[in-house]
Amino acid sequence: MTEGIGLRDLRADTSPLVSDEVKYTTCYMCACRCGIRVHLKDGKLRYIEGNPDHPVNRGVLCAKGSAGIMQQNSPARLRKPLVRVGARGEGKFREIEWEEALALATDWLGDVRATDPSRLAFFTGRDQSQSFTGWWAKQYGTRNFAAHGGFCSVNMAAAGLYSIGGSFWEFGEPDWDLTKYFLMFGVAEDHDSNPIKMGLGKLKSRENAKFVSVNPVRSGYSAIADEWIGITPGTDGLFVMAIIHELLRAEKIDWEYLKRYTNAPWLVIEADGDAEDGLFARNVTGIPLIATKEGKLLPISDRKAEPVMVGRYTLPSGQTAVPAFQVMAERYLSESYAPEAVAERVGIPAATLRRIAAEIAEAAFENEITLDIPWTDWAGRRQEKMTGRPVSMHAMRGISAHSNGFHTCRAIHLLQMLIGSVDVPGGFRHKPPFPKPCPPGPTPSGKETAANTPLGGMPLGFPKGPEDLLVDDAGNPFRIDKAYSWEYPIAAHGLMHTVIHNAWAQDPAEIDVLFMYMANMGWNSTMNVPDTVRYLTDKNPDGSYRIPKFIYSDAYSSETVAYADLVLPDTTYLERWDCISLLDRPISSAHGAADAIRQPVLKPDRDVRPFQDVLLDLGVRLGLPGFVGEAGTALYPGGYADYLVHHERTPDIGPLAGWRGADGTGQGRGAANSSQLDAYIENGCFWEKKFTPEQSYYKFANKAYLEEAVRMGWLAMPGPVVMEIYSETLQKFRLAARGHGALQPPDHLRARIEQYFDPLPLWYPALLEQGDAAADYPLHALTQRPMHMYHSWGSQNAWLRQITARNPLFIHAETAAAAGVEDGDWIWVISPHGRVKAEAKLMQGVNPHTVWTWNAIGKRKGAWNLKEDAPEATNGFLVNQIMAELLPPRADGYRYSNSDPVTGQAAWYDLRVRIEKCSAQEAGETAPMFKPQGNDYLLPAPDILRYGESLKGGTSGRAPVQEKDWIGNRKELSAKGTGIRPGHGNRIDKKDEEDN
Amino acid sequence: MTSLPKQPSGKKLGLVIDLDICVGCHACAVNCKEWNTGGHSAPLTDTDPYGAAPSGVWFNRIHSFEVTNEQGAGRTVNFPKSCLHCEEAPCVTVCPTGASYKREEDGIVLVNADHCIGCKLCSWACPYGAREYDADAGVMKKCTLCVDKIYNPNLPEESRVPACVSTCPTGARSFGDLGDPDSDVSRLVASRGGFDLMPEQECRPTNKYLPPRPKKTGDGAAPAQALTPVTDSSAGLLARWVDRILSA
Repeated sequence: MTEGIGLRDLRADTSPLVSDEVKYTTCYMCACRCGIRVHLKDGKLRYIEGNPDHPVNRGVLCAKGSAGIMQQNSPARLRKPLVRVGARGEGKFREIEWEEALALATDWLGDVRATDPSRLAFFTGRDQSQSFTGWWAKQYGTRNFAAHGGFCSVNMAAAGLYSIGGSFWEFGEPDWDLTKYFLMFGVAEDHDSNPIKMGLGKLKSRENAKFVSVNPVRSGYSAIADEWIGITPGTDGLFVMAIIHELLRAEKIDWEYLKRYTNAPWLVIEADGDAEDGLFARNVTGIPLIATKEGKLLPISDRKAEPVMVGRYTLPSGQTAVPAFQVMAERYLSESYAPEAVAERVGIPAATLRRIAAEIAEAAFENEITLDIPWTDWAGRRQEKMTGRPVSMHAMRGISAHSNGFHTCRAIHLLQMLIGSVDVPGGFRHKPPFPKPCPPGPTPSGKETAANTPLGGMPLGFPKGPEDLLVDDAGNPFRIDKAYSWEYPIAAHGLMHTVIHNAWAQDPAEIDVLFMYMANMGWNSTMNVPDTVRYLTDKNPDGSYRIPKFIYSDAYSSETVAYADLVLPDTTYLERWDCISLLDRPISSAHGAADAIRQPVLKPDRDVRPFQDVLLDLGVRLGLPGFVGEAGTALYPGGYADYLVHHERTPDIGPLAGWRGADGTGQGRGAANSSQLDAYIENGCFWEKKFTPEQSYYKFANKAYLEEAVRMGWLAMPGPVVMEIYSETLQKFRLAARGHGALQPPDHLRARIEQYFDPLPLWYPALLEQGDAAADYPLHALTQRPMHMYHSWGSQNAWLRQITARNPLFIHAETAAAAGVEDGDWIWVISPHGRVKAEAKLMQGVNPHTVWTWNAIGKRKGAWNLKEDAPEATNGFLVNQIMAELLPPRADGYRYSNSDPVTGQAAWYDLRVRIEKCSAQEAGETAPMFKPQGNDYLLPAPDILRYGESLKGGTSGRAPVQEKDWIGNRKELSAKGTGIRPGHGNRIDKKDEEDN
Repeated sequence: MTSLPKQPSGKKLGLVIDLDICVGCHACAVNCKEWNTGGHSAPLTDTDPYGAAPSGVWFNRIHSFEVTNEQGAGRTVNFPKSCLHCEEAPCVTVCPTGASYKREEDGIVLVNADHCIGCKLCSWACPYGAREYDADAGVMKKCTLCVDKIYNPNLPEESRVPACVSTCPTGARSFGDLGDPDSDVSRLVASRGGFDLMPEQECRPTNKYLPPRPKKTGDGAAPAQALTPVTDSSAGLLARWVDRILSA
């Protein structure tokens, strides 16, 4: 035996200096926007951890956030502006100076703006500054702007905003502390990451709560669900309607809640064939009417009125009307929604459907929660307690990425309303600035555009009827993506996934410049990769490109970079100012409002610039109103940080809600405060204003909350937000299709509008499954991203790729056996559109009619600075290769986008395939295989990483900076060359310049 | 051969891992990697990081797999595994140089890289496969239970737990003294029926796993199996609702 005592390091160094500086900022490794503490040593990243005080993540950090070090040091980082010298797609570029790049962009963009600004299509992908980029588009004057929401989850967002005034994910969350029954629909693996995981951990650790996951795949959160419902894809709407059927039949509904807080009692006109059919009956001043049990018709504004929920009433016009509730009940009481009727299609036994309905009813009505919190409703009626129905729901991609997703999501919201579980204790809770009126906010702008002229309003908005569509006199689309046209009327987030095709097809119009940011539209973020690449590279007879100019900004050498004519290299998330704004996609929680900033914690070691700074610069060069003052000088000379502090969208309301006003005490409203960013930094880079208990629930009707919302600028009026079981907005479109009103769809779209603009939630098979189109393709094909890469944009990471660098096709073992496929076999995955080669992986926990894979693992050779034999390129595959971006042609040959007909949401999950075993000769590598793209503008990727070797232990030679000392010391830090510029909000004041 | 502590302090620092709520997100594994690549065993080398076979040193790895019980019911299991800091650590007793050792004061098993000759006997001896050989450095590396974090006065108090614990989003990981029966972790183990991994190996691991709770599938007796309709037909139901208005 070796005693070892004399040899061992008796005292392993348990107290090494960790960092000489700790800075707070906001993560951007995915879309969650967690608060992080970044430890720096000798100016290098030592460690990134969650910020314990941050409202989003409370100190935890996921695999992506923890891998930030490798993102920061990725060899795929772009290094300098590039101008294309080879053919599009080759990846041959010449490095240019920023001045040349910006002059070129200004030249292109200026020419377009001087003729027809909408010949610019500006689409910004995974952009977290949409209130800024959208405003840039507005000031430039193009209607052709959107971010990635159209191919992400607009169905979910729009359905919520047109039903309950809020929505899942960013706009709401389950009441994790109190819920007793949590029903999660179609949450692909990890959406949204840390808040859900924290909540599930909490919920599962209570003995009195049950977690049910409805998902075709038993991975991710479904793995820890008490019950996994392996539903057949695209049938969730039927599942929910069967539950509604059961609840209605047993009268397990919250009558009082429906009566007070929804439009269930509002009278719907029955006048088949008339222009008013299906609209709400209104009094002379336009206020909707309800009926009382005495048969009186009173306006809903009558605070003493006690509405009834059924019956048929005669209006002064002689028309009859029934409460919306009755219209709804009659539909879902139909036997076609009985559990037996839907079971086979849904793939779930009728007994299970009945039991789930019974469990929901039991949790909602036998396990009611009562909190001793008195509150007063909007009408001044005091309530002594807050009552809750502790059933909460959450839904995401699996609902929204089907062409029936809008209505399916509305069905889920209907279920929530019926049991009275929206924004009540134990239920689903809104996050501020929601709830908002249904539908919220301004309508889309862009009916009229003119040279050198801003749009009248923001390009994206929420149509309230046909009058808000962006169509010409013949009813044809104005926008390049056909958003807000009769094809996709409620395309609230645009249709980024259609832009490249439409620009190539010059349908509905030609564009001159395609300008994109942070979206891999030449690869994993597009359907139909082979044709998309063709659209980008197709030429006119004269040799010019059919899509004339393509400007792209990204931080990394993605597949899309290869197709750009001009590449504007962005910084990493640790090298920039940013803002997570209440004007945009908030990080609030149910407990209060919050926003946050990013601050640069590292200085770029490359010639790159934050995209937002570049847009501001371009704005000045183009002379855009709002970007330049009278004399043509920059209004935000300090860049994006300057904008964050000094921009006001409306008087006293700007991107950041905290520390406003001259004295920094304003919250929500207040004049610009030059010390605002310092205040954020001192507070860990976020601001939070928590609700009082009285404001916490029933926010749609809660006086204390509504008044707060008006104070904060979230609502214009402290009136109630009435939830809509019945959508009159949708009915207005349907009436237009029936030939009523001044604005009507073109004849070829009437039937489509008539069918899909149902005022009540509707279920129909996914558009690709209609008819016999699916007969030869018996399997549903889904994709999701693994938790350690979910929603992550820079999708190549030295650590994370060690966990997943190739993706098999997962197949139910019995399904595989029937096809003669064994684990590890190479197979063809075949759709009507094409075929892609993949390795098979057998499993049990998947719906037998469903195959699936990880998305965005497969990469083009040469992309992301991976070696050409990287498994991502040889074994990784994209089902996007075999997914048509257009539906099969109609009888007249016209092809719709493969999207939801209400919102234009990309229908990623409607894909149908069959599988065939490859021949022995075909096995071994994926196909189709694209030619490698060039990347000699990058530094060589290292063959070995010894990251941290120089950071171990000891002292760095610099005294440790205590947290209390470094925060806010911008000036001092700037002198140390940390990337922080002096002055307030990065504005270099005269005095600062003199000092320096 | 190296001896285990002759007079252990009785303190047994370790992890308790809750298999009921681990979703297999890899947060613990990656956060461990980023802490430790600049920590006691720095670096956690990665070879071929951008090539065909990327492979690196990880102290903590997550294994996700499916199991099926006798009734045919399947389950997806996410199983994080790192060094279990065994009381009878064969990786220590097998070490020919004394490089591998178990600390008297808290039971943490460490490797002194200066004295490791890279013979790999310890990795052969460990029944859990928890050791990680760094071929580039030529030494064995392993979970240190973040020994350079948990006692480190340069960090705020709340950060002085292993990286895998502070970062875990679901709260599936706990850290504490499993030698103290009154500690929070010992109570958790007692209340949840925490178990030793592969007890038949007689290594007496300090880390414990908590089994998944029984699933609340609703198939039991308590909740109703189906709702009872209040009338036979939909038309009857509407009539009943109208009657209720009229009679109210």
